[in-house]
Amino acid sequence: MQKFTSVTSHVVPVPIRDVDTDMIIPADFLKGVTREGYGANVFKRLRDQDPNFPFNQQQYQGAKILVADDNFGCGSSREHAVWALADWGIRAIISSSFADIFSSNCGKNGLVLVDLEKEIVQQLLESAQEKELRATVDLINQVVELPSGQKYSFQYDPFRKHCIMSGLDDIDYIRSHEAAISAFRTEQAETTFFSSTQANR
Amino acid sequence: MTQNIIEKIWDRHVTTQLEGHPAVLAIDFMLIHEVTSAQAFQALRDKNLEVFDRGRLLATLDHSIPTRPNRLEIYDEAARTQVETLRKNCADFGVPIADYDQGQGIVHVIGPESGLTQPGMTIVCGDSHTSTHGAFGALAFGIGTSEVATVLASGCLLQQAPRTMKVEFTGSFQKGVYPKDAILKLIAEIGIGGATGHVIEYTGEAIRSMRMDERMTICNMSIECGARAGVISPDRVTFDFIKGKKFAPREADWDRAVVYWESFASDENCAYDREIVIDVSDLKPMVTWGTNPGQAAAITDRIPGLATLSGSEKQSAKQALEYIGLTDGQELLGTPIDWAFVGSCTNGRIEDLRVAASILRGKKISPAVTFYVVPGSEEVRRQAIAEGLDVVFRDAGADFRMPGCSMCLAMNDDQVPAGKRCVSSSNRNFVGRQGNGSRTHLASPATVAASALEGKLALCEKYL
Repeated sequence: MQKFTSVTSHVVPVPIRDVDTDMIIPADFLKGVTREGYGANVFKRLRDQDPNFPFNQQQYQGAKILVADDNFGCGSSREHAVWALADWGIRAIISSSFADIFSSNCGKNGLVLVDLEKEIVQQLLESAQEKELRATVDLINQVVELPSGQKYSFQYDPFRKHCIMSGLDDIDYIRSHEAAISAFRTEQAETTFFSSTQANR
Repeated sequence: MTQNIIEKIWDRHVTTQLEGHPAVLAIDFMLIHEVTSAQAFQALRDKNLEVFDRGRLLATLDHSIPTRPNRLEIYDEAARTQVETLRKNCADFGVPIADYDQGQGIVHVIGPESGLTQPGMTIVCGDSHTSTHGAFGALAFGIGTSEVATVLASGCLLQQAPRTMKVEFTGSFQKGVYPKDAILKLIAEIGIGGATGHVIEYTGEAIRSMRMDERMTICNMSIECGARAGVISPDRVTFDFIKGKKFAPREADWDRAVVYWESFASDENCAYDREIVIDVSDLKPMVTWGTNPGQAAAITDRIPGLATLSGSEKQSAKQALEYIGLTDGQELLGTPIDWAFVGSCTNGRIEDLRVAASILRGKKISPAVTFYVVPGSEEVRRQAIAEGLDVVFRDAGADFRMPGCSMCLAMNDDQVPAGKRCVSSSNRNFVGRQGNGSRTHLASPATVAASALEGKLALCEKYL
C-alpha cells in the first residue's frame, strides 16, 4: 500500500451525484489479472461521450485530488475502480458521502476519502470548474487547506489513518491476533455444519 | 437484553476487538469467481502464504464466461486468461471449484442451492450482490479484492460494527406483483444511497410468506440502496429449503443445526438504528425509468416529473432521461422494447424461469424482441429442462442459454446493442451496464416475459 501523509495539487471536479463504479471503470475493462494498467480506462464512457468531461481536459491532467458530488463509488464491489483512479494519479477524493464497499477498498489502497459538508463540496466543485483550484489534503492534521488559507477539517477513522500513514496491511494485523482466532475456531467447530470439501457429511 | 439478528451474528464472530480498532471478524465462508480473485491469490504468493481453510471456500466461473452452447471455447483472450488463472489458482491452493459440469453457476445461486449457505454464518465474496445469502439469516456482504486476499490468508476481516435498519413489509401482494417490485419500491423510496452504512433486516408478514428464492431477490438488491447487507431471520421455510441439499448437515447434526440456527432469529422487541414500514398491498408492478435502480415507478405511472426535484438530483434525472430516450411525464406502459432478459443472481432461479415460462407457454414473443433466458446455474438449467421449460422458451422464440451472469453486466458477448432498450430481471440499470449505449428497464421476470410478448412494457397480470 502506498503511504500517505499529505498531498498538494490542483483539483479535478466530477460534478455528478451517485457516481457508480461502472462509470469509474466499465465492466469491459475488468478482465485483467494484475492490479496495474487500469488508469487509461478510468471514466472511459464519460470520456468517450463528452470531450468536456474534466478527465479529458488539459488543465486537469496530473491532478491528485478529485472532488465529486454525493454518494461517490456506489454499485459494484470492483476494486478495479480504486486501482483505476489511483493509476490515473488520484490520491484523495473529496465528497459529501461515499459508498461503503468503495470506501473500504480505498482504505486498503491508501487512497484517502475526505467527507465534507454538502455545501462545502458544492463550493469546491464550482470553484474547480470555474478556474484552477489548488488544495492540500493533510491526513496528519485531518484538514483540507486552500491557498486562500481557508481550512476544512474532516473526520477520519484513527485505525485506518494509522494503517495508511505507516503502510500497515490488514493481513499482518490479523495474523498478530492468531491466538484469539485459533481459540475461536476451536470453540466454533461444534456449531459448524458444513465443509465445501466434504459433501453429505 | 434483546438483540436483532445482525447483532447476534456480529457478536458470535468477533474474535478480537481492541479499543479504537476495528473488530477482527471471523468469516465462515467465501465464494470466489474469476473476475475479482486473481490479484488476491497473487497477494498470497507474494507473501508466501497458504489459504487458511479450504473447506470454507468455493470457487466457480460466472462473470466473464460465454453462455452460448459451445461455451468451453472462450474467444476473448483476456476472459480466457482469467478463467485459466482461476483454475490454476484453485489447483495450486487446493480451493474447491464448481467448474463446468460440476455444479457451475452464479456464485449467489450455487451457494444456496448446494446447502453451503446456512443461517448464522458470515459470508463474503468479491461481488456486491453477496447480500443475497442474507435471505438465510446469514450476514453476507460484498468485499474488494484486497479483502478477498485477507480472507484467503486469515479467514477474517477487519470490520466496524454496522448500523442496523429494519424494513418491514406489511400486507400481501396482489396478483402480478412480486418481491422484485417490493425491493424496487424500497430503493425508489429511500434512494440509492438511502441505507449506506447500514445492514437491513427485512421483516413483516409479506417476508414471512415468501419462498426462499423470493427472499433472495429481496436481499440481493440491498446494495442498490447502499446497504452492504440485507438479512432475514431464519424460520421453517429456511430450514426446509436447506434440508437434503448437498452440503447440508444430516441426521443428529441436522437437529443440532436447527436449534443453533433458530437462536439467531431476532428477539421480539429488539431495537434498530432506523425503521421503515412499506405496505405491499397496493403495490403495482415496478419498472425503472432512469439510470439507477432508485429511478423506478409503478409501470402504470407516468415518469415522475422533474419539477419535484432540485439541484444535482434534478440534473441527474435529466441526464438519465436523455440517456434512456424517454421524456419527463411520459407513460411507462407501452414503451417499445427491443430486448428482454431473464436471469442473474437477482432473478435467475428456477422459480423465476417457471413464472416466465408460464406466461410464454403456447405464445410467441414479439418479432421485434430478442429474448435471452439465462439460468443462474447448471442445476437451474437441468431442472428447467426436466420440466420442459426449455421447450416453452424456444417455442416462444426466446433463446434458452447456458448459465452465467450474462447480460446482467455484459462482460461477455451477451450485450444489448447501443440505443436498444432492454427489459431485464437483473439488478442494475447503470449507463452502459448491459453494453455500451444500452438502455435498461429493471422489472420482475413476469413483467419481462409479458413485455417480450407485447414488444413493449406491459402488465403481466392478464397472462397469469
